Amino acid sequence: MSILIDGLSLGAIFALIALGYTMVYGIAKMLNFAHGDIIMVGAYAIFTTLSLNGHIALAIVISVVICTVMGIVMEKLAYKPLRGASPLAVLITAIGVSYLLQSVAQIIYGSKAQSVSIGNFGTIDIGSVKISISSIITLVVGAVIMTVLTLFVSKTNTGRAMQAVSEDRGAAQLMGINVNKIITVTFAIGSALAACASIFYLMQIPSAEPTLGAMPGIKAFTASVIGGIGSIPGAMIGGILLGVVEKVCQSIPAISSYTTAVEFALLIIILLVRPIGLLGKKRREKV
Amino acid sequence: MAKSKLLNKYKPKYYICYALVIVMLGVAMALQSMGKLPTSMANLFVQIAYSIILAVSLNLVVGFLGELSLGHAGFMCIGAYLGSFLAIQLSEKIESKLIVLIISMIFGGAVAALFGFIVGLPALRLKGDYLAIVTLAFGEIVRTVCKNLPAFGGAMGLTTRQIKYDTRKDTSLYIVAFITALVVLFLIQNLIRSKHGRAITAIRDNEIAAKAMGINVTFYKLFVFVIAAFFAGMAGVIYGHYTTPILYSVFSYNYSIEILVMVVLGGMASINGSIVAATLITFINFMLQKNLSGDAAAFKNLIYAIILIGMILFNNAPIFANLKNRIAPSSIMRRAREKKAQPGDITDDSADWRVIPTKIKMDEILSTDLQPNAAFEPDKAKSRVGKKKEGGETDE
Repeated sequence: MSILIDGLSLGAIFALIALGYTMVYGIAKMLNFAHGDIIMVGAYAIFTTLSLNGHIALAIVISVVICTVMGIVMEKLAYKPLRGASPLAVLITAIGVSYLLQSVAQIIYGSKAQSVSIGNFGTIDIGSVKISISSIITLVVGAVIMTVLTLFVSKTNTGRAMQAVSEDRGAAQLMGINVNKIITVTFAIGSALAACASIFYLMQIPSAEPTLGAMPGIKAFTASVIGGIGSIPGAMIGGILLGVVEKVCQSIPAISSYTTAVEFALLIIILLVRPIGLLGKKRREKV
Repeated sequence: MAKSKLLNKYKPKYYICYALVIVMLGVAMALQSMGKLPTSMANLFVQIAYSIILAVSLNLVVGFLGELSLGHAGFMCIGAYLGSFLAIQLSEKIESKLIVLIISMIFGGAVAALFGFIVGLPALRLKGDYLAIVTLAFGEIVRTVCKNLPAFGGAMGLTTRQIKYDTRKDTSLYIVAFITALVVLFLIQNLIRSKHGRAITAIRDNEIAAKAMGINVTFYKLFVFVIAAFFAGMAGVIYGHYTTPILYSVFSYNYSIEILVMVVLGGMASINGSIVAATLITFINFMLQKNLSGDAAAFKNLIYAIILIGMILFNNAPIFANLKNRIAPSSIMRRAREKKAQPGDITDDSADWRVIPTKIKMDEILSTDLQPNAAFEPDKAKSRVGKKKEGGETDE
């Protein structure tokens, strides 16, 4: 039971990151490799604020703001000049940006892990099962964020414009939608979500290092592919599925050391059976 | 005509790559014969050789096929572990180290190619980004499995002391490595210039159009993928013979990126570029490892990141298109030629040549042609020409 709750809360973190991936992929049609490293930036923002004796609430706000700005700057400087270039070029640039963020963080903070404690929440007992409160907070807040996001995308003007751009960029432009602005907004939202994920991540593993974002980033991308890339509910389901699989694998001693391999094998199997992911829409190829 | 055809077929640029490798091998051997090749340098040459193999084979996938593979280090890992594992078993039975190395190299390559096939089969039905992530996932799976298999030494790595070439005494490994690189280059160059190579680049340029022309896209993608995996596996076996123990942590995602940096820096679809970039980056690594330690090593990654972003933006972004055209070698040559052609630039010397009375010269030639030993007499020559002309007319 506690494994399941842990898995769900880890899944919620993956889902938050995966949402960023899937939104950017859906709208800008590019895989933002540096998305995972935005989490790292968020974690270091919290670390810096806390070490300057800032309040935890202030740290969270600063982290979200810095990540959002970072997302926008990244999009303007690295990806916008490449609009219309081959996907390969964009992908390699994204890898470069990811590397850039990691190495800059390493130069500033060193490669050693810095401990960041957001506070000790303890555990509560439900019957005979111990459940950590941070898991519950992650789950509840994660669920709230995802609900708000779904409402935002389906109800507001900007959200509908985002849907339109992901459906058909050219047609959306003809309808008077400012595509560049929508892409920037998407990057901003995705990065803000990554900042939230970094907060939850630090609740579970209270240390920050330059490569912190790499693995969760790749796993979250795996989650969004499993769920069907471009689909928001798909990212949530994929994230939670992957989180539960990870925690379950870790709890079985025989395969615990192969956890990463199992997760990626799951990705390959899903792509083999259903290349569009669980909830993905099939797109017809056009010449 | 025949000559230009020959030149087209055997363009010198196709042979620069061999020359580069042979020159490096020559330098290494010359240094060795003079006794000036320290162990660290011999190691560097081995590193350069297998980096060239890795970069060129990845270029086949990224530059020529146009698909991004982030699992190249994974294939190398398979080759390193399995090839060296076989080599250790064989070294007890076979005396000759060279034969063991060659057998294990082919074996390591073949196993890596098999894995390339297994991974490629599902992945290549997918498009770019998916392939990148699947190959990345594959690299991580390989690493995790190698880390946990007891036969491969677990987290301590596979000890290859039995087969390791002791670079202090035996420097022949770099010769084998460079010759392997030459063979790989030869195979890849010939593949690219064949019918199959043209099919591969056609897929890169427009997959749907290539399909419409009857090219079997999936077959060729898989084919390139398997070949690249084979060569990466061979590079891995060389690596296994050069160092001990083989550590799973070397073959991380970062190493795949390092190979990608070589390809991007050298230029997509440029074999010569890949060789130069592989040499350069291996050399930079070598120097940095010597002089930098700890967190300063992050500067290396920073350089890689800047190279990746800078090269791609420079080559693809419209805002740089103008600048790029200006500094491209072909445009510099063209401008130089245009400048040369300007009338103001013609000097007096060249003007002299223009006023040479060509008519007299013509007569001179005609006269000597008709009467080889006769002295030059303009009038006679003229009259003879005239006569001949008349004769010709009467014949008609």
